[in-house]
Amino acid sequence: MLWLDGLMQGVLLGGLYAQYALGMALMFGVMRIVNLTHGDLVVLLALIAISLSAQLGVGPWTVLVLLVPLAAAMGWVLQRSVLNRVVGEDPLPSLIATFGLSVALQNAMLQIWSADTRSLPGGGIEQISWQVGPLFVGVLPVIVLGAALVLTAGLAWLMARTRFGRALRASAADVEAAAMVGTNPRTVYALATALAVAILGFAAVFQGLRSTVAPADGAAQLIFAFEAVIIGGMGSVWGAFWGAMVLGISQSIGYRIDPGFGTLAGHIVFLIVLALRPQGIFGRK
Amino acid sequence: MTSILSTHGLTAFYGDFQALFGIDFHIAPGETVALIGANGAGKSTFLRAIMGLTPVAPDMIRLDGAPIGGRAPHRIVASGVAIVPEGRRLFADMTVEENLRVALDNLRGRRMVWTLERIYTLFPILREKRHQPVQRLSGGQQQMVSIGRALLNQPRLMLCDEISLGLAPRVIREIYAVIPEIAAAGTAMILVEQDITLAREASSRLYCMLEGRVTLTGRSSEITREAIAAAYFGGSDAVA
Repeated sequence: MLWLDGLMQGVLLGGLYAQYALGMALMFGVMRIVNLTHGDLVVLLALIAISLSAQLGVGPWTVLVLLVPLAAAMGWVLQRSVLNRVVGEDPLPSLIATFGLSVALQNAMLQIWSADTRSLPGGGIEQISWQVGPLFVGVLPVIVLGAALVLTAGLAWLMARTRFGRALRASAADVEAAAMVGTNPRTVYALATALAVAILGFAAVFQGLRSTVAPADGAAQLIFAFEAVIIGGMGSVWGAFWGAMVLGISQSIGYRIDPGFGTLAGHIVFLIVLALRPQGIFGRK
Repeated sequence: MTSILSTHGLTAFYGDFQALFGIDFHIAPGETVALIGANGAGKSTFLRAIMGLTPVAPDMIRLDGAPIGGRAPHRIVASGVAIVPEGRRLFADMTVEENLRVALDNLRGRRMVWTLERIYTLFPILREKRHQPVQRLSGGQQQMVSIGRALLNQPRLMLCDEISLGLAPRVIREIYAVIPEIAAAGTAMILVEQDITLAREASSRLYCMLEGRVTLTGRSSEITREAIAAAYFGGSDAVA
């Protein structure tokens, strides 16, 4: 029963990780931009959500509605002002630029919000659970998982079936050829990053509701997102979802083995996948 | 007769290396002009400059008489110029139809002369393979996708960069057979070629380039092979 509970909690945790990973699947998996501010953006958005909630006295769902457009705007500005200048064959410029930005963001957050850990009040929803047989299932984690499924399906549809998805895949395959066919890759990339950070808006609200955030927490989210995308396979949206599931389940089972072993168990499974199937579960060759 | 496109003392550089030294060129609406020359003569650079992929001064390139030099490529495409690039440059991991649709997606309500249906009529094999990823097609079929993609940009002027390169003679004939039909739709074409016979047959005028300069120009039917050989290799000593 302990293991069944571990598996279920892992799936639910995977729902949160999938939301970190979707934006990374777009930026790193498709556009090949190494964005080291990924985790810091989750933390920043979560802290903004907490402040919005306190200042306006509104519940988490109202905060979500306000936060997602703001996140999209931040993504747009990030791509137009910084990342469009450093994208290209060479991943190093984007890595260096976003490393600097990551440090600056963390210090700015410390200045504004101090190093305290905070969480987003959910009006009691974070405590409700259902009893399924001998197991207790939290309502909030189920909502998080449901949101992750909807976001993944939506993003997969957008990539496969829409004008924007085609333009983004074309730009990622050959940015110059895309321009020669009339696509403006800078606009397409700005939209894609806006979308990636908008999804992080969801992740931020759920992260704030499920646990706590502090300005220096971004590194963990960054690593989990990278791991999920690589386990799943670069460029695959559903791959990022399943990669997040594998990571969530590994960590959850690890916690059951030893409370100190959870995060490490996730890293070990990631390394095993990297050794045995470096292209990821859904990746080709 | 007014030119659809003209260049005026066009120069282009790759870093410190100068690739074009003052090219004067013009093409009339609906005209087919060949551009020949050896490897490294600057033919591809010339096409890249027109497409906005190499920085040049605005006045060096005029479209319908208006300066367009150095404009962003997507704006050049929107004003009616398309390219079949060297090496085809298809979007890997996307199907034939998706490759074609990327061009259609960028039309934004412009008048449509070329439709997917018309491309499939022009190249029936593409209809058969439309749901296959492009990397599974043969070289000739990939070239057809690249031509179809450029046509779906609804160009008034189409630049073709060595569309015969690396293809079997039978396939080259098959692809060159559609050139008259494209011209009949009123599209002007610049054909960059290394195959001189092919270039002369398909064009009404030709330019020959050598080391970044135009060394010969005239009506394709009137220029002698000897004159081309001299202009192609430079210096009469190289002809023998």
